[in-house]
Amino acid sequence: MITLLYFARLREALGTGREELALPAGVVNLGELRAHLALRGDAWAKEMAAGRNLRAAVNQDIATADTAVRDGDEIAFFPPVTGG
Amino acid sequence: MSVRIQEQDFDVSAEMAAMRAGNPAIGAIASFVGVVRDVNDGDSVSTMTLEHYPGMTEKSIATLIDEAAGRWQVLDALVIHRVGTLKPTDQIVLVMVASAHRGDAFAACEFIMDYLKTQAPFWKKEMTPQGGRWVDARVSDDAAAERWKR
Repeated sequence: MITLLYFARLREALGTGREELALPAGVVNLGELRAHLALRGDAWAKEMAAGRNLRAAVNQDIATADTAVRDGDEIAFFPPVTGG
Repeated sequence: MSVRIQEQDFDVSAEMAAMRAGNPAIGAIASFVGVVRDVNDGDSVSTMTLEHYPGMTEKSIATLIDEAAGRWQVLDALVIHRVGTLKPTDQIVLVMVASAHRGDAFAACEFIMDYLKTQAPFWKKEMTPQGGRWVDARVSDDAAAERWKR
């Protein structure tokens, strides 16, 4: 299983902040996971679309599309940060 | 070196006194305080709610402090960032850096703050007369962080 976290505007748009998911077959990196989530359609298709400006982290480290994802990982998707 | 994410307010004077107490090597302390404004992008703001990613936020700020300590002499550093709902005039963030001399303290303080704005996972939602809206990231913040690259 992997843990997926969504924050801020993305959390509101998707209607969830956290889910557990079996790592989908054939998904080995973050870019593929994002494409897989977009297949859910509706808000998922819109928010996870390739053109959307999303950031992500794997196990709490900033990650990119080619970052590997493995069973047991904590993976977060979120908009560009606006703290301070 | 210390990072605190908290809902409650902070006392800059008390934090500064605690930092210099017992460390006679400290000759300079620079601090920055971010404050909630009552206007943003032309609209009045009644409240601002800050969300963060528990765990990653603390870790990413600790990494920034380590980077600053690798570039300048940093004898101590403290970052306090508030979360939850704040109102105009409230303090949001404190960055405080102690060094032997002011140059290192000023530079490390500004570096940590500039990178915190673009790296640490916080998100602001502001309440305006038109309703709630998530604050967009600013290109000027990216530029501020970019100038520290070497």
